[in-house]
Amino acid sequence: MATIRYEERIQAPADAVWAIVSKADSIHEWFPGITSCTVEGNHRTIHVATGISMPERIIANDRLQRRFAYQIESPLFQMHLGTIDVIELSPTECLCVYSTTAVPDVFALTIAGGSRGALTEIRRLAEGN
Amino acid sequence: MGRKILFITTDQQRFDTLTCNGSLISRTPHIDALARDGVRYTRAAPSSVVCMPSRASMLTGQFPTTHGAWMNGVALAVTAPSVAETLHDAGYETALIGKAHFEPYFDIFGRFAENSLAQLGIPTVEQPWYDGRRGPHRGFDHMELATHGAVGTTHYARFMMTEHFDQVGHFYNVLDADFQVNAAGGGDTGAPQVKVNPVPRELYHTDWVADRTVSWLSQRADDSEWFCWMSFPDPHHPWDPPESEMHRVDWRDVDLPAGYIADPEERERVLAQKAPHWGAWYRGELVSNYEAPAKFVPAHLTADQIREVNARNAVEVELIDDAVGRVMAYLASRGWADDVDVVFTTDHGELQGDFGLLFKGPYHVDGLMRLPLIWRPAPREQVTPAVVTTPVSLTQLAATFTHIAGLPQPAYAEAPSLPRDDAAATSDQTITEWDSALFGIDVHLRTVVTDRYHLTRYQPGAVHDGSEGELYDVHNDPLQRENRYADPALRAIRDELEDRLIAHETRDVERATPGPLVAPV
Repeated sequence: MATIRYEERIQAPADAVWAIVSKADSIHEWFPGITSCTVEGNHRTIHVATGISMPERIIANDRLQRRFAYQIESPLFQMHLGTIDVIELSPTECLCVYSTTAVPDVFALTIAGGSRGALTEIRRLAEGN
Repeated sequence: MGRKILFITTDQQRFDTLTCNGSLISRTPHIDALARDGVRYTRAAPSSVVCMPSRASMLTGQFPTTHGAWMNGVALAVTAPSVAETLHDAGYETALIGKAHFEPYFDIFGRFAENSLAQLGIPTVEQPWYDGRRGPHRGFDHMELATHGAVGTTHYARFMMTEHFDQVGHFYNVLDADFQVNAAGGGDTGAPQVKVNPVPRELYHTDWVADRTVSWLSQRADDSEWFCWMSFPDPHHPWDPPESEMHRVDWRDVDLPAGYIADPEERERVLAQKAPHWGAWYRGELVSNYEAPAKFVPAHLTADQIREVNARNAVEVELIDDAVGRVMAYLASRGWADDVDVVFTTDHGELQGDFGLLFKGPYHVDGLMRLPLIWRPAPREQVTPAVVTTPVSLTQLAATFTHIAGLPQPAYAEAPSLPRDDAAATSDQTITEWDSALFGIDVHLRTVVTDRYHLTRYQPGAVHDGSEGELYDVHNDPLQRENRYADPALRAIRDELEDRLIAHETRDVERATPGPLVAPV
């Protein structure tokens, strides 16, 4: 099992960043490589640029903690947990933390690599750049 | 007017696998002909002994510590300079057909262009360039990609999956169930990464790369200027060439390589002279990098397994030579025989049984660092054939291509064009770097190669304290078995070469921010 964390300091209110992160059916707007997705209840299916689709289960979309948690349920993974936390630093600044834990280990590396790009996009959207 | 450029690369090919370089197993008449008519380099060093940093250096003319793709799994920034962009700007039509690997393969989201072009069905995408303009991806008008095996996101894999799905299962599974590089054995000896592959030769990736190269060339006008990078994925493992071709070399007839040490005690003694990660990997106590199978223990490798690997490797090399011959014949059929510069090389070598080891890693010896390199200038230039013995570097390729095109050395390129003879040669660029950091194990080393000595210095990391070094006198010890780093008789040489490494580390260049590690490979 491997676990990897990336974080991004964002010059925007925590609620504004949380509005982006918590909109489960918009992940393709900020996660590089995801081209579209569908959401039914707590199940999300992402479609990626390589042409494959992966089912996910949304574990938490917690407005009070500003914490989003999900699992990829593709048979490629023995285990996966992704979490995105938005932590308020001031009324105009927050920290967005994206953590990935997975088995096999190499998937943690490649998903976390994507999450690093996702944080950049979330910041760009939140800061209006 | 510049000349047309055919840049041929292979993947993980040793210097001594070409007949013109002394191969006793594979026969390579077409590549030998390029050497006979051009310039053959007897000591060409890569900037790195793994694919991504080395290939990025070919494209940028920069060392990994400059271009920022410092290990496999770190993408070359899309805005990094590219000699293909420079040639594209100068009016060249540009293509890369075969293995690219400037971007990680392990990319399930397809967020890198190399992994999404085949699915998108387009030859390139517009991207930002290093100078702020936008243009085709890394300067290539056309990318048609392949890698080892028939699964994945490349054009070759898509071709096999959609048109020849029944053949896909014949190839070796490069990764195991844990998505580690597979250690499973096959063939007659159970050698790792070996499999009997009944795929028809014409469907194997070597022939596919040649076919697609000819297809692209066939669409070029007679008077066009073009730069075509034809990049074969072989003879990199897995060693699963079409079984129909295995009659060429019977592994039972293959001698063990000169670098193999038959006596296990002597092998351990030689490895113990080197930095500690050598012996630790050999005994299965350390996995420092992803490129060799994590479950492979070199100490368990048998002599027959090395013979079988080397036989299959030789067959893969011969298939590449056949493919080169086919493309050269096509150039002649177009009336271009006198107009095309051909450069042949590889990105790094293979241990192939040296010291009882296989695959590659942070081991800076000739098996990995001495590469085949041939430059056959366009015959109309009437260049005198030569053999250059002064060490040269693959970082010199970018400036060589612009030189061929009649352009000045790009400002971004750290190294000048390749020399055409020893009189014009210096070995100032022959530095090889290694940096890796994977799941808590980091390894860092730098090597300088001269015509007589190889010096490696280790920097502090998970298994080194920074005091370690290796110094080999390759005239008297060509197999690099005697580490003379602590030998007082060579102290002055060591000091001089260490000064060169310090000068390299402190060189005044504009360096890219080292890229993030986002995949194992």
